[in-house]
Amino acid sequence: MNIIEANQVVKRYGAFTAVDGISFSIQSGEFFGLLGPNGAGKTSAIRMIYGFSPVTSGQMRVFGLDIAQDWRRIRSRLGVCQQENTLDPDLTVELNLLIYGRYFDKPKAQVRQRTEELLTFFALNNKRQAKVMELSGGLARRLQLARALIADPDLLILDEPTTGLDPQSRHQVWDRLLELKKGGLTMLLTTHYMDEAESLCDRLLIMDHGQIVTQGRPRGLITEHAAENVIEIEGPGPDLKTYIKENAIKHDDLGERIIIYTQADGRLAEEVRRKFCMGSCLFRTGNLEDVFLRLTGRELRE
Amino acid sequence: MNPVQLNAISLRFRHIWYRNLITYRRIWRVNFLVPLLEPGFYILAFGLGFSGLINGVEYAGKHLVYTRFMAPALVATACMWNSFFETTYTSFVRMYYQKTFDGILATPISIEEIIIAEVVWAASKAAAAVALMLLVLMPLGYADFPRALMCIPLAFLGGIAFAAVGIFFTGVIPTIDMFNLPIFLFITPMFLFSGTFFPVAGIAKWAAIFPLIFPLYHLVELTRFFCLGFMESNPVFNLVYLLLFASVFGGLGLVFMKRRLIK
Ligand SMILES: Nc1ncnc2c1ncn2[C@@H]1O[C@H](COP(=O)(O)OP(=O)(O)OP(=O)(O)O)[C@@H](O)[C@H]1O
Ligand SMILES: [Mg+2]
Repeated sequence: MNIIEANQVVKRYGAFTAVDGISFSIQSGEFFGLLGPNGAGKTSAIRMIYGFSPVTSGQMRVFGLDIAQDWRRIRSRLGVCQQENTLDPDLTVELNLLIYGRYFDKPKAQVRQRTEELLTFFALNNKRQAKVMELSGGLARRLQLARALIADPDLLILDEPTTGLDPQSRHQVWDRLLELKKGGLTMLLTTHYMDEAESLCDRLLIMDHGQIVTQGRPRGLITEHAAENVIEIEGPGPDLKTYIKENAIKHDDLGERIIIYTQADGRLAEEVRRKFCMGSCLFRTGNLEDVFLRLTGRELRE
Repeated sequence: MNPVQLNAISLRFRHIWYRNLITYRRIWRVNFLVPLLEPGFYILAFGLGFSGLINGVEYAGKHLVYTRFMAPALVATACMWNSFFETTYTSFVRMYYQKTFDGILATPISIEEIIIAEVVWAASKAAAAVALMLLVLMPLGYADFPRALMCIPLAFLGGIAFAAVGIFFTGVIPTIDMFNLPIFLFITPMFLFSGTFFPVAGIAKWAAIFPLIFPLYHLVELTRFFCLGFMESNPVFNLVYLLLFASVFGGLGLVFMKRRLIK
């Protein structure tokens, strides 16, 4: 059974359509990514999954249940780490977990035990009496993650859990998430870090303007929409452009820079290296950022 | 649109009530000090300062020393301020600035339950304040033991009424500084003209309807009855009015808060 089953889901705010008929499904144990530029509709989509926003039209089923009817049963099996900090600033770190666990109607002793586990798991033990206001961004994020796990969810929803974190904190969060994945937890992640999505997600979808642009496995998307290998050439001359045109080579012309997408066998790369790399050339493997930029464009949003 | 759902209401609201209790206990010194000291200040000020100007008040056919007339009104107005402030400024901060409700809405608790919790909590806080005030007023002879203890459950009912109208304003007000408006236009006149500082008999005929509309008048009357043992109005009517007021604004509060919170 699919954990999430979205069928032609639409979200409108007044006349504005934020989510424009998306369909996707997430299987049990999967680490699923939801990517898209600012304002693409990721948070709007997520809010419909946990019943914060009503679905305008279409069907959103979670754990095989309809969110409009069975929101309480669904939410009691969900952990949500929201995009904004929604920690309770009136409470200490420890109380944030204890009280939040009570919202799930869990027995006190169970919540207490889970709180201890999570404080250890997220290395928050010596901050347990700290006020939330005093926490650094990284600590607050970890606490919000811990809080999302307080009721032992079957699905963890993460809306940009690593935004604004330093590399150390980011790696620590990744380690925790991978550990949770090993335990079989299903996760839905949104992020603007393509390296993060590429390394964590089994499958992902990219959306833009409320619609799905593509979905699939990270490697598959890279070979399909970009290439295994990429050459970036600074200040391309006219002869390179002619060469590209004559050989119908997959590329992006950014004016001051040309990006060439090549296959793994390396013959094209070899020729380019010999003929056109007098100046600055960068040879690298293709990545999800290439896919993202190719599909959603390079213009600024919002 | 998104109508209030009765099946979304359960006893789970008590968890949020408990959350508020914990934050209240964290600053219990402040929360306790005000109700304990406030009646003393007023009674000193009015007893010493006013006694030269006023030699008493005619109320319900009896002659009363001014401070005995006013002390029950202090209790009722404290109930009003406590509960109204809690569901206006304090709830607004929790809802808008702290996003506490957004966090809770990712758990199996409904919007309806959050709103009910806020109202019931505010009423509890008002009842606690009144209980503390009685600790001072009873020994001083301004409230008769044990009948005056009834003021505590009464304060809970009154607290529900004022908290309900407060949460209604929280549901409709655009920014937090605009609470000045209902306070200036509704709470302050009510505070002054509900038989609090002078009997309503002193109010001009054309304006005599206002105390009857103001829930505070009914609360003051009932509080006076429990403190002194007599009153000028019908207690059944007062009770029914408070219940009606609480239900109407409680319902409106649910509708408007839900409209505001659901996106
Ligand atoms: N409550 C709301 N009322 C009206 N419009 C909204 C509301 N919430 C979001 N929007 C609009 O819907 C669109 C999608 O917003 P959403 O927050 O879902 O984007 P997002 O993909 O999460 O973006 P980001 O990466 O910046 O978090 C945006 O244009 C936003 O302005
Ligand atoms: Mg977002």
